[in-house]
Amino acid sequence: MSVDIAVIDYGMANLRSVVKAIEHVAPALSVVVTSDPVVIAEAGRVVFPGQGAAPDCMREIDARGLRQVIIDAAHSKPFLGICMGLQVLFEHSEEGDADCLGILPGTVQRFPHEAMVDSAGDKLKVPHMGWNNVHQAAPHPMWVGIEEGARFYFVHSYFVQPTSPDVIAGFSHYPFPFTCAVATDNIFAVQFHPEKSGNDGLTLLGNFVTWNPGETESACDMTGAACA
Amino acid sequence: MLAKRIIPCLDVTNGRVVKGTNFVELKDAGDPVEIARRYNDEGADELTFLDITASSDNRDLILHIIEAVASEVFIPLTVGGGVRVVADIQRLLNAGADKVSINTSAVTNPQLVKDASDRYGNQCIVVAIDSKRVGDHWEVFTHGGRTATGLNAIEWARKMEAYGAGELLLTSMDRDGTKSGFDLELTRAISDAVDIPIIASGGVGNLQHLVDGVKEGRADAVLAASIFHFSEHGIEEAKRYMKQHGIEVRL
Repeated sequence: MSVDIAVIDYGMANLRSVVKAIEHVAPALSVVVTSDPVVIAEAGRVVFPGQGAAPDCMREIDARGLRQVIIDAAHSKPFLGICMGLQVLFEHSEEGDADCLGILPGTVQRFPHEAMVDSAGDKLKVPHMGWNNVHQAAPHPMWVGIEEGARFYFVHSYFVQPTSPDVIAGFSHYPFPFTCAVATDNIFAVQFHPEKSGNDGLTLLGNFVTWNPGETESACDMTGAACA
Repeated sequence: MLAKRIIPCLDVTNGRVVKGTNFVELKDAGDPVEIARRYNDEGADELTFLDITASSDNRDLILHIIEAVASEVFIPLTVGGGVRVVADIQRLLNAGADKVSINTSAVTNPQLVKDASDRYGNQCIVVAIDSKRVGDHWEVFTHGGRTATGLNAIEWARKMEAYGAGELLLTSMDRDGTKSGFDLELTRAISDAVDIPIIASGGVGNLQHLVDGVKEGRADAVLAASIFHFSEHGIEEAKRYMKQHGIEVRL
C-alpha cells in the first residue's frame, strides 16, 4: 500500500523533528522516512528536508540513486522542500562549488561577508540563526492561516537566488531581502524550518498535508481573502 | 528583522530540573517536560537542556526527556552535558535534539567538534565555553569550572569557529549564580572576535541584565535559568521589557 507522505532520507538530516511535526498535524496519515525510490514514487506527497553542506547532500542523493525520483516527484505531486531541500532544487551552489538538481533555474550563494552589517553598523552573524519575519510575496494555499510577516526559525549560511522572480513565494531580510520560499505548480520549498517554528510552522505543515495543487483555484475560492 | 533570542536553560539530573548556585546546593525546580511545555507556551525561542548527571547510570534519562519534549514542543532544542564522542551526538539528535552543546570534550579533543560539524552540519554544533577572568585576560575552564586549561577564551572561541562550531554558548564562571548580570566585557570581546552567533550566559538576576547582554555585550541570544524557573519573571514579560528597550524580539 502506498504511503500518504514520504520523508526522503538521504542521510543528511535529523528527520525526527520533521516527522514528529507532520504526525502532530496529521495524526491520521501514514508518514514514513524512506530512501526507497519505489516508496517515494508511490507516495501521495513528498517532503524533502536536508541539512549540512550542498556537495555532501548531492553526493548522498546520488549514492542512494534518488536523483531521478526526486526530480519526478518535484514535477508530479505535492512536494515540500525544507532548508537544504530548498537549496539543492536549484542549478548550482557556491557551497563547495556544487552542481545541484537543476529543477529550478538559479543559484545558491553565501551571505557575503562585506554586506553583513545592520542599519546601526553592527556586525550580523553567519549562520543567519533564529526567528525572522517571513514576507509573503504572493498568496498561496500554503500561507493560509499565517499572518504576513510571521516569524519562522532559520539556520543557514547560504540563500537561493532564483532566475525567475515568478517562483518567489516569500522573502526575508538579513540585512538585504533574500528569497526564503519558492513555489511552482506543485513545489513549495522554504529556507526556514517549519518543524521548529512553533504554531505558524505547524500551520504551514498542516496546509501542506491538505494542499492539492490542481485545485489551487477552488481552495482560494473557499478561503476567500487569504488568496485574494 | 532577525530577533534576539531568549533561551531558558534547564539543568537536568536524575530526571528533574534543578538549579544550584556555583554548582552546589541543588534546588528542585520541577519536571523537565512540564517546564519545557510552559516555556514554549510563554514564547521561549529555544530551549537548552544541560545534563548535569554525574554518574553514567542515569545518562539515558535525558534521552527519554528529550524524546518526550520533542514530541510536543516544536521549537529548537539544544542538549549538552557529557558529550564525549560522535555517537553521543547521534543519540541526542535521534532523540529529538536539534543542536548539541560540547564543552569539556571540545578542549580535550577539538577534533570532535570538527568531525561532528562535518558529519551533521555546523547548525547543530554548539561549543560551550566556561570562562573566568585570570589577571588581564579570560581563561577557559572545564569540568563545570573546576579545571583550568590555560587557554585564552578569545583565541579558543576563534579556534572553535574555525573547527566548525555553529554557535558559542559563553558562560562567565565569575558571574554564574551571582545574579549580578553577564560579564559584558567578556561577552562583547568574544562576540566581536567571531562571526558566528553568541549566546550569553551566567549571572542574570533581572530583566535589565538581558537588555545589557544584547546591547552592551552584543550577544545574539541570552540564556537564563533561575529568573524563569522560580517564576520571578515570565518569558513574555522579559521579551516585552527588551522590546521597550529597543531590542527586536519575537512576541
